[in-house]
Amino acid sequence: MTKVSMTVNGKAVSGEAEGRTLLVEFLREGQGLTGTHVGCDTSQCGACTVHVNGEAVKSCTMFAADAEGAEVTTIEGMANADGSLGTIQQAFQDYHGLQCGFCTPGMVMIAADLLKNNPNPTEHEIRDYLEGNICRCTGYHNIVKAIQAAAGQSVPAVAAE
Amino acid sequence: MYAFDLVKPGTVAEAASALAGGEAQALGGGQTLIPTLKQRLADPGTLVSLSHIDEMKYVRESGGTVEIGGGTTHAMVAKAVADIYPGLADLAGRIGDPSVRNRGTIGGSLANNDPSACYPAGALGSGATIITDKREIAADDYFQGMFTTALDEGEIVTGVRFPIPEKAHYSKMPQPASRFPLVAVYVAKFADGVRVAVTGASEDGVFRWTEAEEALGANFSTDALGGLSASEDGMIADIHGTAAYRAHLIGVMTKRAVAEMS
Repeated sequence: MTKVSMTVNGKAVSGEAEGRTLLVEFLREGQGLTGTHVGCDTSQCGACTVHVNGEAVKSCTMFAADAEGAEVTTIEGMANADGSLGTIQQAFQDYHGLQCGFCTPGMVMIAADLLKNNPNPTEHEIRDYLEGNICRCTGYHNIVKAIQAAAGQSVPAVAAE
Repeated sequence: MYAFDLVKPGTVAEAASALAGGEAQALGGGQTLIPTLKQRLADPGTLVSLSHIDEMKYVRESGGTVEIGGGTTHAMVAKAVADIYPGLADLAGRIGDPSVRNRGTIGGSLANNDPSACYPAGALGSGATIITDKREIAADDYFQGMFTTALDEGEIVTGVRFPIPEKAHYSKMPQPASRFPLVAVYVAKFADGVRVAVTGASEDGVFRWTEAEEALGANFSTDALGGLSASEDGMIADIHGTAAYRAHLIGVMTKRAVAEMS
């Protein structure tokens, strides 16, 4: 075991990690930040997406020790300072961008990464960027709408059907 | 995962000496190796993480070539060579998904030489030179079969030098679940000839389709490919496609690449 230190959601943290300790294990089990989910554990589903030094990564496919000294942001870091939902989170609520919610932390994190790189994406660009994030409930339509809304685009109302 | 020590050298020289110690294995971005470790298909005593070696992260253009550091991520390549070598940038920007592209590296992909990986097609199709901590290896000599390369044990891909063609295009038929190419073809047109590299299809990994290269060298058009068909001998056959289907796709994807470039 070695000591690993990093900044998570703006706060300096440290903990013990083995070489094989994954970043997601360090966050969930070491730091109690269970908002980041483990879905497939094979780097397919994206539920574990977090930002490392400002870039989206799958935290189940990175070792905690490789994030030594990094700035890490998880879903817990996406809320506003007063605890209210951040813009993307609020848009997911407003546009029903979730059903069971399991994929949502990863969806919000990948959406934030997209909007940082491309603040006004087309629908096609949004769908393309979600390639590594799997949702088994929504069929993606409302997730795409939520991201369009978070980008400030006018979005057709969600049909009550 | 079996337990291992993770070491994080800051220079190529330190990494080379860490890898010289018997059971050690290099770790690039880990997008293939970490899932492999989880399945206990690998049991390295020591993993040597190459992510902290700044001298392996670069893109340099000079005299008709572009050299890319082995530790450069796919996302960085996609941005950095978009104007210099758009065909290669497009390939890099379509590997895996955005999160994978933020971790996976060109050196890791080429060292692994997955028979369905994208970069081997880009490197072989460009006639690139693989640069290691010990020597330079021409792509034509580097790829030696499925998951097999000319690298010695512990040898590190520190960079890759690509001649920049007049134009190039990567045409990929993704396998719908894994998003790896079921078959993909990289076509590069140089002043002195055309190179066509195929990934995803052969049991021997990436290879050049020389008949298509000759036909396109004489007449760079989809018509030139009309009478050609790739042999199904040695093609991969699995639940995703038969050998005959993959052989057929080679022709289709080559035509699509040429059509994009015409």
